[in-house]
Amino acid sequence: MGTFIAIVLAAVLTNNFITVKTYGICPFLGVSKKTSSAVGMGVAVTIVMALATLVTYPVYTLVMVPLGFGFLEIIFFIFIIAALVQMLEKIIQKLSPSLYNTMGIYLPLITTNCAVLGVAELVIGDMSQFLNGASMNLGWAVLYALFAGLGFTLVMIIMSGMREKLNCYKTPKALAGFPTAMVTASFICMAFMVFTYIQI
Amino acid sequence: MNKYKRITLDGLIFQNPTFMLVLGTCPTLGLISSATSAAGMGLTVVVILTLSNVLISLLRKVIPNEVRIPCYIVIIATLVTFARMLLEKFVPDLYDSLGGFLALIVVNCIILGRAEAFANKHNPLEAAVDGLANGFGFTCALTIMGIICEFLGSGSVFGLHVMDFKIGIFATPAGSFIIYGLSIAVFTYIINQFEQHRRVKANRLARTNMLDKEVA
Repeated sequence: MGTFIAIVLAAVLTNNFITVKTYGICPFLGVSKKTSSAVGMGVAVTIVMALATLVTYPVYTLVMVPLGFGFLEIIFFIFIIAALVQMLEKIIQKLSPSLYNTMGIYLPLITTNCAVLGVAELVIGDMSQFLNGASMNLGWAVLYALFAGLGFTLVMIIMSGMREKLNCYKTPKALAGFPTAMVTASFICMAFMVFTYIQI
Repeated sequence: MNKYKRITLDGLIFQNPTFMLVLGTCPTLGLISSATSAAGMGLTVVVILTLSNVLISLLRKVIPNEVRIPCYIVIIATLVTFARMLLEKFVPDLYDSLGGFLALIVVNCIILGRAEAFANKHNPLEAAVDGLANGFGFTCALTIMGIICEFLGSGSVFGLHVMDFKIGIFATPAGSFIIYGLSIAVFTYIINQFEQHRRVKANRLARTNMLDKEVA
């Protein structure tokens, strides 16, 4: 139970992917203009992160390391992620066209999202600081990926709410667009810094 | 010669990947709190981008159009794997400071973007020039922001102590976001002024020419 809480808190708050690790900034800045699209992107990224970890972690620990080609992880992981995203897109298209219409447009963008490859690389590295003494296994890896995705979604929703409000005000020409978004993001980061004082 | 000059200027200034197109933001924001790691990241990207541009340009007639993106990703991932091994062996300090961002060069939008937008339509020499120009545009942007961020955040530049002064926020991602945002604003402002100046000059020239013709 202790490890569960430690991983959830670390993934969502203390080690949030956007505000602390700065992974996945492209969709964070690009798709956060409207809350509905921010939620769609966040959910799509969360699903792909959890599924990608579910596949890459066993492939790495059970196949690549015993056979001695662990050093090829980047090539293998990016291929697994690309294939997975393509498959997911087809499955959603077949099962639920309405879901595909709302979420489908974000799926192709996710292949080149650093958050997905980032989490696959993180869970095969040194995770001892989050594990509270337990040893790493597939369950913890997928749990970490899932909650890291939820943390990403949380920050996306906060950001989109702030940007919708900001649209009501006039900004100088040079500051319009990305600069304003970045300064807004900076304030969210400052707010999230409070959570780094959590001791588990 | 003029063509290469235009490619270089576009990559370095007018189409600067960091400030004008806002690509490759993750490593930028993650690494500019230290000028050394920012410059190291930039130089790694210069090498990988130039090599990937040349390779893709050489193979542009061989790669079928339908599966070009997976092919580009394999080429880039292979180069990144090589770069990672070399850095781990010969520059372990830089390898440690880049951390996870080294592997994430694979999904850096600049590299895939240049492959898709430039390298698959031009010859290897032009692709190499484009790769170098864009890479150095990225490196310059990262190094400038890295110097500002590191100076404000820890009072040092490239790890050398300058003065006893520090604003803690600039050593965290929050400070990186502010510095990056404001740098984009300043850069856009300068480019806008420059373009306006050039347009006014061009208009005046055109008008004088027209008047000359009417007089003649």
